[in-house]
Amino acid sequence: MSSPITHRGYLQQLCGWGRYPVQPCHVYCPRSESEILQLLNSGLPLIARGNGRAYGDSALNGKATLQMRHFNRLLGFNPQTGQLIAEAGVLLADILELFVPRGWFPLITPGTKFVTVGGMIAADVHGKNHHKEGSFVQSLDWLDLLTTGGQIHRCSPSENRDLFYWTVGGMGLTGVILRAAFRLRPIETAWIRQTTRIAKNLDEVINLFEAAQDVTYSVAWIDCLAVGSQLGRSVVMLGEHATREELPAKYRQRPRRTPRRRKLSIPVDFPNGALNALTVRAFNQLYFLNQQRKAGQSFVDWDTFFYPLDSLLGWNRIYGRRGFVQFQCVLPLRTAREGLSELLHCTSAAGAGSFLAVLKQLGDQQGYFSFPMAGYTLALDFPVSQRTFKVLDQLEEITLHYGGRFYLAKDSHLTPMCLRKSDSRVERFVQVRNAHQWNVHFASEQSKRLNL
Amino acid sequence: MTAPVLILGATSDMGRAIAHRFAAQGYPIQLAARQVSRLEADKADLQIRYGVAVSLHEFDVLAVETHASFIQELPEQPAIVICVVGFMPDQKACEQDLSLALEVMRTNYEGPAVILSLFANVFEQRGFGTLVGISSVAGERGRASNYFYGSAKAGFTAFLSGLRHRLAQSGVQTLTVLPGYVHTRMTEGMKLPPLLTAQPQEVANAIFSAIEKKKDVIYVRPIWRWIMVVIRWLPEPLFKRLSL
Repeated sequence: MSSPITHRGYLQQLCGWGRYPVQPCHVYCPRSESEILQLLNSGLPLIARGNGRAYGDSALNGKATLQMRHFNRLLGFNPQTGQLIAEAGVLLADILELFVPRGWFPLITPGTKFVTVGGMIAADVHGKNHHKEGSFVQSLDWLDLLTTGGQIHRCSPSENRDLFYWTVGGMGLTGVILRAAFRLRPIETAWIRQTTRIAKNLDEVINLFEAAQDVTYSVAWIDCLAVGSQLGRSVVMLGEHATREELPAKYRQRPRRTPRRRKLSIPVDFPNGALNALTVRAFNQLYFLNQQRKAGQSFVDWDTFFYPLDSLLGWNRIYGRRGFVQFQCVLPLRTAREGLSELLHCTSAAGAGSFLAVLKQLGDQQGYFSFPMAGYTLALDFPVSQRTFKVLDQLEEITLHYGGRFYLAKDSHLTPMCLRKSDSRVERFVQVRNAHQWNVHFASEQSKRLNL
Repeated sequence: MTAPVLILGATSDMGRAIAHRFAAQGYPIQLAARQVSRLEADKADLQIRYGVAVSLHEFDVLAVETHASFIQELPEQPAIVICVVGFMPDQKACEQDLSLALEVMRTNYEGPAVILSLFANVFEQRGFGTLVGISSVAGERGRASNYFYGSAKAGFTAFLSGLRHRLAQSGVQTLTVLPGYVHTRMTEGMKLPPLLTAQPQEVANAIFSAIEKKKDVIYVRPIWRWIMVVIRWLPEPLFKRLSL
């Protein structure tokens, strides 16, 4: 009771999901808006942090990292429109657990459910349906932003429009997202009708994507160690929300209940180097054979289809104590075939094979600073080492050459120069930030590294 | 229709966790705290998640003269009252500023004892109900590092024990909860041993099951029972030399 203790931050070693870089940060865990306001008024440049699922240093700030997890309440739900109003710290996993049994699913979801609403907006996340339904902003009706001067602005496509479109994908650098209203879609069942196809090489994958324009969800897993005529061999997964009638009889009784997945935890760090070319090759080979066997149509529960890695709690520990970096870029349609082939060549030649390589088709983009553009996005991850950084340098060069750009939510390696070469919108973003003094109040280790 | 659970000190991390635990079980919830406006979001949250009725009530634990009318004005008498109120500022600050020390003593002992006494009278007459007090292991022996807080909690623990004794034959349960370390705003940033430190949800689960099992006193993490046995029995000459 009595006057709430404010301004009491504490020092903690923090990192993103990739566990690189690690940085001592003063962490503040406010419980009320007035506490955030006090912190803002103290003049420390701060960054809001959700569940720490950005891979690099996007949600770290040595001086003041604002832990938003106590803002985790649902404020309203409209069953006519599917509009959910939630505080920024609500976990997507909580929304799913609550609303899937009631017949609702997020319109847009990233590949992990352990993200917060605020984080999804700040990174303007995309999902397997981006080519058809866009990124998170497409499902977003409005957001409340606490920004410079302690003002709270309601932002939407019609109200404070510019602030809205800079904030979406703005990596928390325009203010603190407090709450938002976004739409869920009605679903008849909790199952996805999945079609699995095998592509022998990169050309085949892209042809499959091109042919699947109307399919709601599509994603490909690439064996990025395959070389020669097999370069880019992939398993392509296409999915639609299953209707009740389509379901096999055994699921039809309770179509929105799915068996609970067993959760495996990675209890300890794997030794550094446990993931080497050999083990990754073996894993990829096994996975590929396994999927080949399953090619065709099947019914998969939502959790397995959308969040395959979430069942492996703490899978980031597989990469050992040094952590890992992720590389994700998008290449425009016209250069994608050539560019992707070169990126994969580079990866396999370095033998730096990535445990996970994901290819997705993206559609057009609305946010002023959001990552996606019409084209193809490739995501790779590598254990941290000096060699990895050299490979990253090369991958970045290739991306620049083919007119692509980078996903800041995954980044911990870019240089200011490289970012600016990749994206003509950066200068405008920096100008706007300076003009509104957002740069005085909001900064992350990433924004400092990239001179944003 | 079950009677509601009343949570005194509902803006606290433990209060919130407890509200979720009982709402998930279908109990209507009464949230009480000083700044009721801060509870609006919690009310919406509990309603959307669990579909239960939630009401908000202004309550100032230090304003003991208002406690009787607080109880009278409740729209419905609760089945379970859980007092989560607690206040632990820096001990050194209390030593320098005795008005702060007084606030610690009143918030952790006087206020909770008064409100639970009043509920005890209502429940005793009615012949059923559960009174829950969140006390602290800090009340089991005074230590240099927090004896204002500890002594008030000691008083509260003794009060609950006496109340339980009185109500033993009445059908009213009195539960003393000794949480040990909990990750809350109160302990934020402290270096706490993970093995001894509970999450607010754990406290909520422990309370829920202790009520079902008609328990009297619980340690949220059982290991604390043994730690406190040792700490209580350390001879004073030895205890004085330890920095605890």
